[in-house]
Amino acid sequence: MKVWRWLVALLTLLFGRLMRRHAKEAEGERIVPAGTPERRAENVVLLLLALAVLWGAGFIVTYAEWSPAQLPNELLGICLGMSLLCIAGALTVFAKRLVVTEELEDDYPQEHPQEQREILEIVHESGSRMTRKRLLISAGAAAGGTLGVAALTPVLSLGPLLDTGPLDRTPWHYGVRLVDENSAPMLASDIQAAGFYYAFAEGVDPENIASDLVVLRLDPAKLKLPPGRANWAPQGILAYSKICTHAGCAIDLYRNPKFPALEPKPALVCPCHYSTFDPYDGAKVIYGPAGRPLPQLPLMIDSAGYLRAAGNFSGRIGPAWWGVREKPKNE
Amino acid sequence: MTGNRLIAVLCVLFGGLSIVAVAQAQPNSGIVRPTTEPSTPSVQLGSQLFAANCSSCHGIDGKGITSPRPGAGGIEGMGPPLKGVGAMAADFYLRTGFMPLSSIHDEPGNDRVLFSNKELKSLVAFVASLGPGPGIPTPNPTAGNLSEGMQLFTLHCAGCHQEDAEGGFVTGARVPPLQGVNATEIAEAVRIGPYEMPPFSTKLISNSQLNSIIKYVLSTKHDDNAGGWRIGNIGPIPEGLVTWWIAVPLLIIACMLVGRRFRRE
Amino acid sequence: MKDPFEDPVRFIDERTAAAPLMRKGMRYLFPDHWSFLLGEVALYAFIVLIATGIYLALFFDPSTAKTVYHGAYAPLDGQTMSDAYKSVVNISLSYKAGLLIRQTHHWAADVFVAAMVIHLMRVFFTGAFRKPRELIWIIGLLLLFTSLLEGYLGYSLVDDLLSGIGLQIGYGVGLSIPLVGGNLMMLIFGAPFPGTAQFWSRMYIMHVLVIPLLLATLIGVHLLLIMGRHHTQFRESPRHTERRIIGVPLFPGQTPRSLALMFYVVAILFLLGGLVQINPIWQWGPFEPWLATNGAQPDWYLGWLIGALRLMPSFDVTIGHYTLIPNPFWGGVLFPGIVLGVLVSFPWVERRLTGDHRVHNLADRPRDAPNRTAFGVAFLSFVFAVFAFGAADRIFVLWGLSYNLQLYIFRIGIWVVPPILFLVVRRACRELQATDRIEEMRERAEEEAAEHERALARARPEPTA
Repeated sequence: MKVWRWLVALLTLLFGRLMRRHAKEAEGERIVPAGTPERRAENVVLLLLALAVLWGAGFIVTYAEWSPAQLPNELLGICLGMSLLCIAGALTVFAKRLVVTEELEDDYPQEHPQEQREILEIVHESGSRMTRKRLLISAGAAAGGTLGVAALTPVLSLGPLLDTGPLDRTPWHYGVRLVDENSAPMLASDIQAAGFYYAFAEGVDPENIASDLVVLRLDPAKLKLPPGRANWAPQGILAYSKICTHAGCAIDLYRNPKFPALEPKPALVCPCHYSTFDPYDGAKVIYGPAGRPLPQLPLMIDSAGYLRAAGNFSGRIGPAWWGVREKPKNE
Repeated sequence: MTGNRLIAVLCVLFGGLSIVAVAQAQPNSGIVRPTTEPSTPSVQLGSQLFAANCSSCHGIDGKGITSPRPGAGGIEGMGPPLKGVGAMAADFYLRTGFMPLSSIHDEPGNDRVLFSNKELKSLVAFVASLGPGPGIPTPNPTAGNLSEGMQLFTLHCAGCHQEDAEGGFVTGARVPPLQGVNATEIAEAVRIGPYEMPPFSTKLISNSQLNSIIKYVLSTKHDDNAGGWRIGNIGPIPEGLVTWWIAVPLLIIACMLVGRRFRRE
Repeated sequence: MKDPFEDPVRFIDERTAAAPLMRKGMRYLFPDHWSFLLGEVALYAFIVLIATGIYLALFFDPSTAKTVYHGAYAPLDGQTMSDAYKSVVNISLSYKAGLLIRQTHHWAADVFVAAMVIHLMRVFFTGAFRKPRELIWIIGLLLLFTSLLEGYLGYSLVDDLLSGIGLQIGYGVGLSIPLVGGNLMMLIFGAPFPGTAQFWSRMYIMHVLVIPLLLATLIGVHLLLIMGRHHTQFRESPRHTERRIIGVPLFPGQTPRSLALMFYVVAILFLLGGLVQINPIWQWGPFEPWLATNGAQPDWYLGWLIGALRLMPSFDVTIGHYTLIPNPFWGGVLFPGIVLGVLVSFPWVERRLTGDHRVHNLADRPRDAPNRTAFGVAFLSFVFAVFAFGAADRIFVLWGLSYNLQLYIFRIGIWVVPPILFLVVRRACRELQATDRIEEMRERAEEEAAEHERALARARPEPTA
């Protein structure tokens, strides 16, 4: 019987505490309203999080299991992505079902004219000791401005801002030999009709874009080169700059019809914006946006049969800028 | 629609489509063959096939036709002479289906292989007999070096054929992708320079270099797409399509899951 | 039982005095229409970019010094390339999870810009750029255009064939700036293209430090300004007014939702990074200025520029021997400049044209502002048409539609289609507005009829037993 009474006492105590707490909650105003529990939603969240654990573990196992060369990127991505997706799903269910969705009202912030006035007042009243405000401000501006310009001056070390001379320079002059991509000199007799060849200046870094050429052998009878270039194409072999005069891509397309009567005529084409140049006509632009023909390099064949430059280009190479058509300063 | 009406409509549709399908399945009626063909290839068979099917553009005995002229089957005929082009050119153009052309103004495309293997061999033998010319090459891509092939392909070929041999555009012409071509066809094309393609001589690309290039081109059939779905191997256009047609819709769905829709009170 | 949060909260408030701020902040209200979450999507993509970017920077070598590759990918074996390119090939093919993180980084960049664009469209078509939010609009545009540069630098750092061509074109477009283009490019590159070795250091530091800091700062200011003024809301009920905001509080309501959205964004990006290949640079090979490939394209968010460059007819504007306006200027500099200028100035232009200088906290439905919506659609169609032309060559290769024909169709279409769309969309908006009014009147009429019925029913005598 004693046990029974102790039990009743204990239960009453517990119940009483519970009821008191409930009463207290009912009395005070809650900030966040109460919501109904949803055990099903909790189970879904737990399940999704458990799945996330499995996928996450899968990532670690996949990473460990394979060597770098065999590691399947897809599996790694799926494990990580699915783990994240399960967490996202869990959070969504949590947000929609396990957290109260409140819809509250509040004020949009308005202007504060009083504070604006006070700010202005503070600023104006602070200037009571100055007699020559404008002069002081000008002097401050001059000092700050000069300092600013001084701070920017080291930027000029980045490159020759005031000198566009490097844009004019090419490695070609009379006698420079043409070489292929393996630095082997090019024999005129190796240049076959209808073929498409690249050349560079001998002894020059091929990354110098002024060095890059396309070389073709065309029918001399059909050439219509601009005046003054009559001997620029010995045996019909001629060279143009490979760098497109539009935006600078390498021109490595050559249209060469086998049956010209029915096929588009020969042309050098740039793959970037499809500027098309007529090699028979001094690489004049016949399609596309380029604004200038490709500069031509005069060629000659030396006594050993190798191709050499007979001078510099007919114009500056590459995309246009302010000075691209200027009269050349040196030959 | 009532049940009977529906059945009638479906019958007409199905019937109509079948007729079209069967018609498409018939061989092109443009090829003229002798009624009895010998069982082995021969120059004579080639000569007959040539006369019946090719001479309307390429002229009798491959002499060429320089101005358009109405030919057999109502086709306007005009074409280059074939003396001296050799077995190589004939083999290439016929095996790829570039020839015969359905219209002289078309760019040759490789979808019309209209002759049997025996007929092809005969035609090739006939064209080779028109004058001395290069024979069919025998490349050996397994002897090539894959890395050298990639470098040479990039230098000489990628400008037109695209770095991954997916084909491309030259103003006025379509450059075909190369995943469906075999080693012989690649070797032939490089030496011939078909249509607008420039030819590459052995001085420019040696036979051993050509083996390497062919090895690389063949490897583009099975690119190492370690990153997943290849989406075409042509660069950012498909990537942009995936961004806007897969990623953005999924993200909008995610926003709709998390946020709420319009409601009116 | 003691509240487990009590000690941490007291700790923080004692040391930061932040409790009032937190108390107020926790109940900051979010109008929660789903379209207001698009900006957050961009934010989470940015976070993924930072996280994956840091990882990549631990492996990337920003040097153009030449080296020879001997690694996992056979076609590159023995080829000469820059250290930068080699390090990215190694990240992709020789370090575990390197490819996943690299691809996720690149997808995140594409998605980041796309999210900003649809966010911009939402803000534009709901008029949320109006006073008092003009500064937020400007900062958003700065974010968008800075991100275009950031992405461009990011994929150019790899020094692969595809991006190297893009850098070459960028140099050409830079040169085309009237008068000063040559000088500017000499300054930035240090020498004619490909420039000096320091140019790579400059790209690198801009991409990993300077621009991310700028973007993070701009994002911070963007968010602060939004919080200061609170988010716009749709007028979904009479309670939604210009002065009263209705929404979900940050805590507890919005927090799990925003977290969920973050996980969705990160999940989608990593799923893409794992399942869909992007920019397989080992297939493109290393870049050299004398090399090119057919089908070279920039990443999608610069596609509008390649379309513009290709659309231009052939001419340079010259004065005597001087080239005042080289051809690439129109498509590469002026076109994006005009787009930016139109967008930046729009809030003020609209204010001037409508005479509306009031504060607006209510968002318009697109139909409620027919002129603005019509203009937006027309302008968007103009930009999109130019962008679409950039793929005309591939369309020819796939479907045989003549490139030249497309060129002429687009040259005319980009000017003709937008005004037509303007008129069509404006009419559509006005029709929709009219149907709204009709709907309202119909509802009111039915209400009256129903009320009448109820009155009759009440007046009817009770049925006798």
